[in-house]
Amino acid sequence: MKRAAGLVALATLPLGVLTVFFVLPVVGMLGRGLWPDGSFDPAALYDVLSRPRVGRVIWFTVWTSTVATVVAVVLGLPAAYALHRLDFPLRGVVRSALLVPFVLPTVVVGVAFRQLLREGGPLGFLGIDGTPWAILAGLVFFNVAVVIRSVGAAWESLDRRPGEAAAALGATPRQVFTSITLPSLRPAIVSSASVVFLFCATAFGVVLTIGGVRYASVETEIYLLTTVLYDLPGAAALSIVQLLAVVALLAVSARVRRVPDPTVQRATPRPLRPRRSDAPQLIATGVLLALLAAPIAALVAESLRVEDRWSLGHYRNLATTGGDGVLVVPVTTALRNSLQTALDATWIALLLGLLVSVVLTRRSRSATERRVRSVLDGFFMLPLGVSAVTLGFGFLVTLGREPLDLRTWPLLVPVAQALVALPLVVRTLVPVLAGIDDRQRQAAASLGAGALRTAMTVDVPIVLRPVVAAAGFAFAVSLGEFGATSFLSRADHPTVPVVIFRLIGRPGEGNYGMALAASVVLAATTALVILAVERLRVPAMGSW
Amino acid sequence: MLSLEDVSISYDGTPAVLGASLEVPDGSVVAVLGPSGCGKSTLLRAVAGLERPVSGRIGWDGADLAGVPTHKRGFALMFQDGQLFTHLTVARNVGYALRLRRVPDVAQRVERLLALVGLEGYGARLPGTLSGGERQRVALARSLAAEPRLLLLDEPLSALDAGLRERLAGDLHDILREAGTTTLVVTHDQEEAFALADRLVVMRDGRIVQQGDIADVWARPVDAQTALFLGYARVLEGAAAARVLAVVGLDGGAVALRRSALTVDSEGPAGGGPRSDLGGTVRTVRATPDAIRVVVAVPGIGEVDALASPAARTAVGEQVSLGVDASRLAVLGRS
Repeated sequence: MKRAAGLVALATLPLGVLTVFFVLPVVGMLGRGLWPDGSFDPAALYDVLSRPRVGRVIWFTVWTSTVATVVAVVLGLPAAYALHRLDFPLRGVVRSALLVPFVLPTVVVGVAFRQLLREGGPLGFLGIDGTPWAILAGLVFFNVAVVIRSVGAAWESLDRRPGEAAAALGATPRQVFTSITLPSLRPAIVSSASVVFLFCATAFGVVLTIGGVRYASVETEIYLLTTVLYDLPGAAALSIVQLLAVVALLAVSARVRRVPDPTVQRATPRPLRPRRSDAPQLIATGVLLALLAAPIAALVAESLRVEDRWSLGHYRNLATTGGDGVLVVPVTTALRNSLQTALDATWIALLLGLLVSVVLTRRSRSATERRVRSVLDGFFMLPLGVSAVTLGFGFLVTLGREPLDLRTWPLLVPVAQALVALPLVVRTLVPVLAGIDDRQRQAAASLGAGALRTAMTVDVPIVLRPVVAAAGFAFAVSLGEFGATSFLSRADHPTVPVVIFRLIGRPGEGNYGMALAASVVLAATTALVILAVERLRVPAMGSW
Repeated sequence: MLSLEDVSISYDGTPAVLGASLEVPDGSVVAVLGPSGCGKSTLLRAVAGLERPVSGRIGWDGADLAGVPTHKRGFALMFQDGQLFTHLTVARNVGYALRLRRVPDVAQRVERLLALVGLEGYGARLPGTLSGGERQRVALARSLAAEPRLLLLDEPLSALDAGLRERLAGDLHDILREAGTTTLVVTHDQEEAFALADRLVVMRDGRIVQQGDIADVWARPVDAQTALFLGYARVLEGAAAARVLAVVGLDGGAVALRRSALTVDSEGPAGGGPRSDLGGTVRTVRATPDAIRVVVAVPGIGEVDALASPAARTAVGEQVSLGVDASRLAVLGRS
């Protein structure tokens, strides 16, 4: 009973925050759609779903996400192998470089791809600017890192000996891969694939900047319906569809991921020197690196050109409000806002994430406790599945008026961003905390250490680096967050992604150049944070 | 027949095996015995094709195996902890090699192999539900299913507890003889080596220091360190060795004594063996289920181990005389 009480006490703050800043807005948003005139109207829901455009949007979301997921897995597997099983010069650098796309601000990626693919751009001859193919490329660009990371982490710690035993029994390298390695990697592949699918299906910034209005996914359609067409029932209906789909996806992936015997022999075998037979994987990794570098290179190059000459003019313009006074404040001010907001979002996400992780990883002593824990686990992962747009708009409709008017509350945007980053923080910390053998704590306690002392001796040293890593991730996510922020940031207090989006929406080479320069600055900031985190060598975002 | 000629293997530039030469004749069981870290597992992995020798030649029936990948060697390797495929059932583990070769009647063969290792009816279980001994049996059945030209065993019993180890060692011995499988086993445990092998190869610090028939190596260890590793309790040298050997009419520069080589003569010369002039003060007395083990300080020799009859009630501080059993000692340095 006392343990249960302790559990509840620890969970109170995250539960409270999540209720006020997540459940309330989302319910408020859905309510607006389903109870348009104060009375429940499911027919409206049906009407929305039977619109031909909605069908197209859903189909578009499903097929682009599926294809992008498959491509990300296919491209990610060889790189995961090369970067986690082989030992070659510059391996660490390549590993870090391949992680960067995942945390680049979505708007920046959108701008970079347009720069790469637009008419006259380096890959303009492909003629796929603004097509679904460009959107697909953008989605893959983002998510290949997820596959490399989580499959790579599993692969890295995969014991070599079962494979050797199979080879000694006469299995060819290919047979070893299909009969031994792949089954062992299946949970990691399935979970990374489902997360990638999730990220693709709820992608907002990339689809909006590359696809515009022509190609809409469910997420951008929600945005369009709420901000442009004021069709709240339509937006609510799509939000519900999205939420249900995400819950279903998570359930299915949990089922597929289940293997006969989940205990995998973990060891960390020495990475081997590449052999001739590893050439295809190494080449594939190199090609991937080039593919991921291309849009960034195009972005950086173009940001340094003013009227066909190399110049820092666009960067100098960042201190202005752009041509025709497009912006209310200069980009430099927006950058300061962004950093301040990200700092706030980071500590909030970290505080909540730590509490949640501790609650989720304490060992359950009874079936009830276990059940409570798994419900909490699912609850805290919800922000992953709810569109940031829904969240942002929900904030607007529920927290923007009496009795809870938080529009001018300085932490409003940080809280929203923290909720978006929360699943990532939790997924970084939970495996680490769960990996601590409870007997270590018992040993400390039996030597006379109190609860606090035990935590200081056993938990803190192990968790310290992952916490810093999680903080870095939260910071990067918050810097680039666009979906919710686009609703919530006030015109006189914008963040950089909001400013970039505004700039590319306005004609004029000067404005576009400023958008490129701002994108580079934002990308560089995030990349720096992530490379610093990478130095910590934490298997971050390892397990979903 | 497996033959190794002057094989050396390095790990990251650190030599692990130096100039090893040995042969495993068809149908025989050869044990490589050595302390942990002596390079014996590396040697085994090289035979399996999992490590590449820096020099020397590993051959089968005269054909050089360099460049032949593991899966084409036809040598089944059984790991210390079995390395069963945890995602496959026992039957699928055992049938793994059969399925690779698309052999007919897999189910029947698997059932027969499981019967051979004493695990009938275990086919549907997952490795995670088995005990350590059962897992090793499954691993053995899986290796035998491949009908290997050579079976490689890496410390097959070390992961098991003492009682089980003894029982499984006997079973393993019988199964290997029955199947007639040529086998190379490496182990750090003398008992395991003695229980399984016909021939013994002793390794130390990456080098083979002695090899031969198991009884020969046992009776005539090549030097003091080998003797101690083979389970001899003490090695005496020089005058001390000469005095002990003189009792049984032998001579030599050094002698290795088993724990039972010296016995406390409580009854005097009536005990049978030649009356010796060895005697000293009992320092410690330790009772074991079979005998009383004592340590006796003999003037001019030092402390030696000896056995006492449980009936004698030997006590610390007592003066005793010691008899010598020639079959329980080995004269060193006379190879």
